[in-house]
Amino acid sequence: MKNDIILAGVGGQGILSIAAIIGYAAVESNLYLKQAEVHGMSQRGGDVQSHLRLSSDEIASDLIPQGKADMIISVEPMEALRYLPYLGPEGWLITNTEPFVNIPDYPDEEAIMQEIKKLKRNVTLDAGKIAGELGNKKSANVVILGAASPFIDIPFALLEDAIRKLFGRKGEEVVAINLDALRAGREVAKSEINS
Amino acid sequence: MQKQLLLGDEAIAQAGIDAGMSGIFAYPGTPSTEITEYVRGSKEAKQKGIVASWAANEKTAAEAALGMSYAGKRSITAMKHVGLNVAADVFLNASITGANGGILFVVADDPSMHSSQNEQDSRVYGKFAMIPILEPTNQQEAYDMVHEGFDLSERHKVPVMIRITTRLAHSRAGVVRKESRDQNQFKLPENLRQFVLLPAIARKQYQSLLDNQPLFQKESEESPWNSYRPGEDKSIGIIACGLAHNYLMENYPDRKVPYPVVKVSQYPLPYKNIEKLYNECYRILVLEEGYPVVEEMLKGFMNVGKEINGRLDGTLPRAGELNPNIVGKALGFNQYEIPEVPDLVAKRPPSLCKGCSHIDSFIGLNEAIAEYGKGRVFSDIGCYTLSALPPYESINTCVDMGASITMAKGAADAGMKPAVAVIGDSTFTHSGITGLLDAVNENTNITVIILDNATTGMTGGQPSAAFGRIEDICRGVGVDEAHIRVIKPLRKNHEENTRIMKEELAYEGVSVIIPRRECIQTLNKRMRQKFKDKK
Ligand SMILES: Cc1ncc(C[n+]2csc(CCOP(=O)(O)OP(=O)(O)O)c2C)c(N)n1
Repeated sequence: MKNDIILAGVGGQGILSIAAIIGYAAVESNLYLKQAEVHGMSQRGGDVQSHLRLSSDEIASDLIPQGKADMIISVEPMEALRYLPYLGPEGWLITNTEPFVNIPDYPDEEAIMQEIKKLKRNVTLDAGKIAGELGNKKSANVVILGAASPFIDIPFALLEDAIRKLFGRKGEEVVAINLDALRAGREVAKSEINS
Repeated sequence: MQKQLLLGDEAIAQAGIDAGMSGIFAYPGTPSTEITEYVRGSKEAKQKGIVASWAANEKTAAEAALGMSYAGKRSITAMKHVGLNVAADVFLNASITGANGGILFVVADDPSMHSSQNEQDSRVYGKFAMIPILEPTNQQEAYDMVHEGFDLSERHKVPVMIRITTRLAHSRAGVVRKESRDQNQFKLPENLRQFVLLPAIARKQYQSLLDNQPLFQKESEESPWNSYRPGEDKSIGIIACGLAHNYLMENYPDRKVPYPVVKVSQYPLPYKNIEKLYNECYRILVLEEGYPVVEEMLKGFMNVGKEINGRLDGTLPRAGELNPNIVGKALGFNQYEIPEVPDLVAKRPPSLCKGCSHIDSFIGLNEAIAEYGKGRVFSDIGCYTLSALPPYESINTCVDMGASITMAKGAADAGMKPAVAVIGDSTFTHSGITGLLDAVNENTNITVIILDNATTGMTGGQPSAAFGRIEDICRGVGVDEAHIRVIKPLRKNHEENTRIMKEELAYEGVSVIIPRRECIQTLNKRMRQKFKDKK
């Protein structure tokens, strides 16, 4: 088993939390894991990515080779496209549709969606909206993780456990909201795959 | 023991705690910051009474670590690559004094300059100092090497360098910990003149460093992290250093490389393995993260031997970080098709945060200086350097920490009027104070703007060394009280702030303006904490 995942977003959007949840679940599944993060300058509103690699065998490189990733999980639509060179021919792109506009030349949203839809395998969802309806817009990143969960070879229950573990300190309510977010995202992905 | 998921930085920190380190001294800098952060946040470290301090700069940090070594205890000093430039004096001289308690210089290089001004390779420094260098390929090795590094340092009474790069520093993987070791007892150096580098003593000490070279060499020959792996196909012999070894292996999913491979993770370069490889292979391919250090050594100046491929002959790019694809290409693998980034994807450079106090300072400065024209603002390194980019485009230099004040002085001496320096509070205490003293001593006509956001912002909000004491320092250095102006950078104060800036720009002499407002990030963090504490 091997999952090579590119996580993408803008500094401050919570991709490291997604990585932490998957990471925790991966360790519980006795998988090898490597996760390269971006710290420093780009965290100030710049583009950030994380290479997350899970495998039943030992992993060599901290970086995923280009053209080999099994999926790109993005919390921002334009950022999803920035890492296309990493995506393998059979790879999935799972992305939030809500743009994060902090630059003057942000491209046309329609055009971005067209590019995304060109991909054979994609799941798109307005995670902020879904999260908002569930009670906290901030859990949008977890909604996205939920949408990616059908493609990650880790039992769903372990992702739920990871949320309980990692958000436990913040109280019952936060755990509940994030569990709902995870499940809601998963439902969207499942209905999209089936349709 | 169970595996723990740790960043390379954290693995080093945890290893320090487990290996009997008594103190870590550092100045923050990407990608090394998390080493010290981890120790500072560790309950275990607290229980063990391990000192974990943020120092004013890398030089003061390294000297404190050396002092701890003098006292017989184990110490680490951690820094980013350019930090070693600042600490170079103590670093090179510490190789002459040698160590008492084990001392590690952990230096994090940043090839591809993700968050840095250059991509200098610290192995060059290690070689310059003639000390052993350890270069881990993964988080587990990073952890283990701290233990062995301390032993090595105490065995030969020499400082040891651990060289990591961004990818390892900021990548997480499972690490198995070793049993915890007690800290050393306080113990003076046997020879109380060991650390007195008067010429007569220094010559002896230097001679003993030279005499120890064969021992360091022997350590490398026998190091478990250096290896020779046979291969059937002798058309290429591969030397893979540090992380480059991972990228090599990534290209062989079954991990079976057909060529002989020498893995290098400890320096001085292991001679025997490389000699064997050189003799039996048709040509040599050197894979190393950073400068072509090993490649240059093998080639020599005349380059008369066998063909040596690497960064110098274009087999690999001369600059930048390696990755599996670059290494795959060097190995001659056919390049499969790689999707392109659609043209519409726009650049998203880092930017000042919404509500950042620097924004108001730069809007004010831009207006105040407009009448003199562009090109007169020397700046420094920190979040405020982002003001070089649109929409502000306020500053004209960023070279090394502290250089704003001193470059402004030189430009003022060349007749530039006004010459402005813009520097952050942490950068000011890191390396700005001495430059200000130079300017005061000659009453040079400069205007220094010390952006006081009460923190070391760029690296994630570490404490600022002279919190609340910036004016005192300026006064102490001799700046005229009447020309130390503290302002609050807020939009509603824009007119008054601009007026004050104009006044000081017009003043002929040293003036200091201190825009003071807390960093929005640390403020938010504090508020969240407060809210939590209330609950
Ligand atoms: C010699 C050296 N050490 C460390 C760094 C890393 N570094 C860059 S900016 C910075 C912090 C600057 O803090 P401050 O001057 O207070 O400005 P702020 O980011 O808060 O605006 C640090 C530690 C560096 N570039 N060079």
